[in-house]
Amino acid sequence: MSGFTFTIDGAEISAEEGQTIMEAADAAGVYIPRLCDHEGLRHQGGCRVCTVKANGRSASSCTEPAAPGLAVESETPHINKLRRDLVEMLFHEGNHLCPICEASGNCELQAMAYRLDMTEPTKFPYLEPCRAVDASHPDIALDTNRCISCGRCIRASQDVDGKGIFGYVGRGIHRHVAVNAPALSDTDATVADFAISPEVCPVGCIIRKRQGFERPIGEREFDKAVIGAEIERKRDE
Amino acid sequence: MSELPKARVATTSLAGCFGCHMAILDMDERLIDLMSHVEIDRSPLTDIKRFTRRCDIGIIEGGCCNEENVHVLQDFRKNCDVLIGIGQCAIMGGLPAMRNAIMHSDEPLRECLEEAYITGRNIRNKTHNVPNDPALPLLLDQVYPCSQVVKMDVQIPGCAPEGDLIYDTLAKLLAGRFRGFEPDRVRFD
Ligand code: SF4
Ligand code: SF4
Ligand code: SF4
Ligand code: FES
Repeated sequence: MSGFTFTIDGAEISAEEGQTIMEAADAAGVYIPRLCDHEGLRHQGGCRVCTVKANGRSASSCTEPAAPGLAVESETPHINKLRRDLVEMLFHEGNHLCPICEASGNCELQAMAYRLDMTEPTKFPYLEPCRAVDASHPDIALDTNRCISCGRCIRASQDVDGKGIFGYVGRGIHRHVAVNAPALSDTDATVADFAISPEVCPVGCIIRKRQGFERPIGEREFDKAVIGAEIERKRDE
Repeated sequence: MSELPKARVATTSLAGCFGCHMAILDMDERLIDLMSHVEIDRSPLTDIKRFTRRCDIGIIEGGCCNEENVHVLQDFRKNCDVLIGIGQCAIMGGLPAMRNAIMHSDEPLRECLEEAYITGRNIRNKTHNVPNDPALPLLLDQVYPCSQVVKMDVQIPGCAPEGDLIYDTLAKLLAGRFRGFEPDRVRFD
């Protein structure tokens, strides 16, 4: 495979044929915010939090291929404002009460809000949807009040576990993630599934029972470092 | 901080749990330093119930769940130059706002109160009534963030915010150097 270079915010980045902008950026230690993309899952390009300008045109960097000489803008006030608006809308679309959420401190949505300087989630109206919790399964609970429809559980269950436990239903603003059965206990989901593992759901929607609040405040994933710091550390090395 | 006349500060707890006032005390011995720069007017800490005069800073814990909360908040806005919301309750309603999401029926407030006082499973309420003493302030249809009622100037996130963050924010504000929060210090819990 032939290598080439392109730039992100003026810095030269090496890439391989077939890599997305985000994959090349990750390898170079440049973090681009993201929510629906996750290592080990096929790209979906759904949340648009990874939006960059590629040669002046908006594109989702998790799906847009890197190309020789491409000039990518990422960390500009304008783009970060767009990203922050998206994250804010996700907070307002569901019911996010961080102080009582099991995911708090390990949640990618919350960590993204911190990174993008969202301290006052009050610009849009709160939709405050009414969504029932599915606690039918003996080991797993689903609280879709916190679901951001990223589809990571859908892809994990379908492509990695080969089960297809989750899917999208509805259209437009009514589109949401649901279980492919009357309730979760009617599926063959187990806590050993990749789709149920803590790394797949970025928020506090898929809950493994009897494991809540395991890590104390101060020792949770994003207590220690801002989201993306792991990737950015590569650049310093 | 400079040698200017002492800043006058007022504080109040609206629909909050007083955890944020506890967090103010979490500034520990720095309170002594801070107190040489501020004077506390109306506040649960001084038990002064009305403004004795105009204040430089008003600190609000909690959002608005009843009409009294709204009146107090408006009174603070009228009597303070800078209004600071502390904690998620003030910023977005916080835990009291849990009732907003269950309120989609035709008579949501009635349903909520009946479940809380009459029909709920583990209730021991011998009167079988929803409390209706005229001294109780009327509940609002939902719980509102402070910024939906009055203009808020600064909001310190957290539940409760760390004493360190409150101290640093107040110290920067008093010195006119506040420029927002560092991402690694923001917390919503
Ligand atoms: S899922 Fe994340 S953002 Fe939502 S309430 Fe839980 S911690 Fe907060
Ligand atoms: S349940 Fe979690 S992983 Fe699945 S779509 Fe919702 S937020 Fe994404
Ligand atoms: S933000 Fe948290 S600590 Fe502060 S009043 Fe609300 S519930 Fe209490
Ligand atoms: S991470 Fe690229 S669209 Fe979600």
